Amino acid sequence: MAIYLTKESKVLVQGMTGGEGMKHTRRMLAAGTDVVGGVNPRKAGRTVDFDVPQCRNGLGGAPMTVPVFGTVREGIEATGADVTVVFVPPAFAKAAVTEAADAGIGLAVVITEGIPVHDSVAFTAYAKSKGTRIIGPNCPGLITPGRSNAGIIPADITKPGRIGLVSKSGTLTYQLMYELRDVGFSTCVGIGGDPVVGTTHIDCLAAFQDDPDTEVIVLIGEIGGDAEERAAAYIHDHVTKPVVGYIAGFTAPEGKTMGHAGAIVSGSSGTAKAKQEALEAVGVRVGSTPTETAGLVLEALKSRGNSTEA
Amino acid sequence: MDLYEHQARDLFREHGIVVPRAEVTDSPKEAREIARRTGGRVVVKAQVKTGGRGKAGGVALASDPAAAELAARRILGMDIKGHTVRKVMLAEPVDIENEYYVSYVLDRAAGRFLAIASAEGGMEIEEVAASRPEAVARVHIDPAEGVTSAKAAEIADAAGLPAQTVDVLVRLWQVLVREDALLVEVNPLVRTPKGQIVALDGKVTLDDNARFRQARWGAEEVEHDDPLEAVAAARGLNYVKLDGEVGIIGNGAGLVMSTLDVVAGCGARPANFLDIGGGASAQVMADGLSVILSDPAVKSVFVNVFGGITACDAVADGIVQALDTVRLTKPLVVRLDGNNAARGRAILDDHAHPLVQQATTMDGAADRAAQLADSV
Repeated sequence: MAIYLTKESKVLVQGMTGGEGMKHTRRMLAAGTDVVGGVNPRKAGRTVDFDVPQCRNGLGGAPMTVPVFGTVREGIEATGADVTVVFVPPAFAKAAVTEAADAGIGLAVVITEGIPVHDSVAFTAYAKSKGTRIIGPNCPGLITPGRSNAGIIPADITKPGRIGLVSKSGTLTYQLMYELRDVGFSTCVGIGGDPVVGTTHIDCLAAFQDDPDTEVIVLIGEIGGDAEERAAAYIHDHVTKPVVGYIAGFTAPEGKTMGHAGAIVSGSSGTAKAKQEALEAVGVRVGSTPTETAGLVLEALKSRGNSTEA
Repeated sequence: MDLYEHQARDLFREHGIVVPRAEVTDSPKEAREIARRTGGRVVVKAQVKTGGRGKAGGVALASDPAAAELAARRILGMDIKGHTVRKVMLAEPVDIENEYYVSYVLDRAAGRFLAIASAEGGMEIEEVAASRPEAVARVHIDPAEGVTSAKAAEIADAAGLPAQTVDVLVRLWQVLVREDALLVEVNPLVRTPKGQIVALDGKVTLDDNARFRQARWGAEEVEHDDPLEAVAAARGLNYVKLDGEVGIIGNGAGLVMSTLDVVAGCGARPANFLDIGGGASAQVMADGLSVILSDPAVKSVFVNVFGGITACDAVADGIVQALDTVRLTKPLVVRLDGNNAARGRAILDDHAHPLVQQATTMDGAADRAAQLADSV
């Protein structure tokens, strides 16, 4: 088990034939992902060969041929795909996600950076109405190490294990994955740092709580908005597994927000300190550096191991 | 991108919302002429992208053109919360019967836009929202439907605003959607004794991500108060100047923010935020280093890179190439971690630059950079 993405996930790549799409499709294949097709209406019917290097976990090592479909619907009908990874440019992202939702895909991972917020508001609401989960936009995607990788997270910096991780930030995710590489992860989800995202910290907390393969949850946040404060309230009410937190941005320059509307909406200052306090108030231990955070995760795993034995 | 009040006013007017007659200038002499054209009595308002200008003395009522010139002379060049006043707007005074508050703002938690409206507009809307939340109406907007006349009537009704505001609420939504704004706020929206609805002051934040489809924004390049930020922006760097002595270069916004925190935790102050992104190429590294080294406050530089997709040996090659083009004048502490970290560290060891030191952990590197900044 894992959350959202498993060994069985069949993955389409919208924008596979572009530069980033090609580069990362090769990496996804090398990580063991079952990439069943690309989508590009102008290249439908062709195939693309990927020279996949041997990965340290023994996957890859042979050339792989991936078909290109004209639409997401055709891709689903031909392959049974249930996940799409979106690499299309910002101007076309709304149309790509809308198409995927209309085709009935279960999970759309939107890597694209720089999508206008009005478009994100529109397609996240639309996808929800169609029963499609969105991860992102402007995110590194998610990885279930050793099994499947949907997005751009480097697969070879960690191994499978029992930590679940949810984060707004890509490189901080990688840093923690690497610091805890000897223990390993069930699933790591980069939810993206845009103001509007399809999957929140809370969604991932709920999924990790229900995932038998996850023993400890790491929650990485950063300044802005009040997602971490709301996550803290959710943890208090619903999460029984240990959660370790890290917040970035204590010394970041104050945002030049204008007007009163932002503060009125969130009811929170959005500062790193406010987020840390909210998490600590519900019993979440918050590390002051990524390294210290990794240490707290190890302690949590250890004490959980002891209590299981007792 | 935040707009100045006068730019927001222009947008409102283009979309058919009534605004006061007004003109903008950076010259006190011209302020006198504008006041004469506008009818003598004018309100002189500092144009800065921050709140609290009234309390800071940035707004004045001038009874005649000479007084307008004097007020403009006093206000131009003022510092309001770190923002220098470069322009003033001179607007005709408007008689006020009632003051309202209306805005559309992104509600991140709900993932949609929210209308906020109150019959008690004016300076203290935040206090009203905190002390008497029932006086502030909040209505979520369905992105597929937008604000129709019926929706606008619902908002006005919930806030206790008069029926004449419905048209303004619809037009304000059109400003938000057509201009790709993240925030439009009118405070106050006033009713005159004659029953006219006028947007007296406004704030608009545009979505930088929508620049590609909003052609006319090109003319208004972002202004940088700091010369180093201007140089960095010209080179396409994501750089923010801070008041400190340890220069920071890192990859990924989250990791760079974390780096600032860790340096601060070591008792030093970060001199900047600089995110060079995932690739960390030699050119970007050289550009970043040259901007940071030209900051006289910088005493040491901390390069904190996690090698993920771009492995550490490629990053180390980039640093070595950058050091060929940039003359290093301050000690540089490099922390490489992640893929091929050992190979990357070996490349920097072989290069053996006398001012370059390495540390294997982020915390250790931050400590070293802080010590170096302290001892110079």
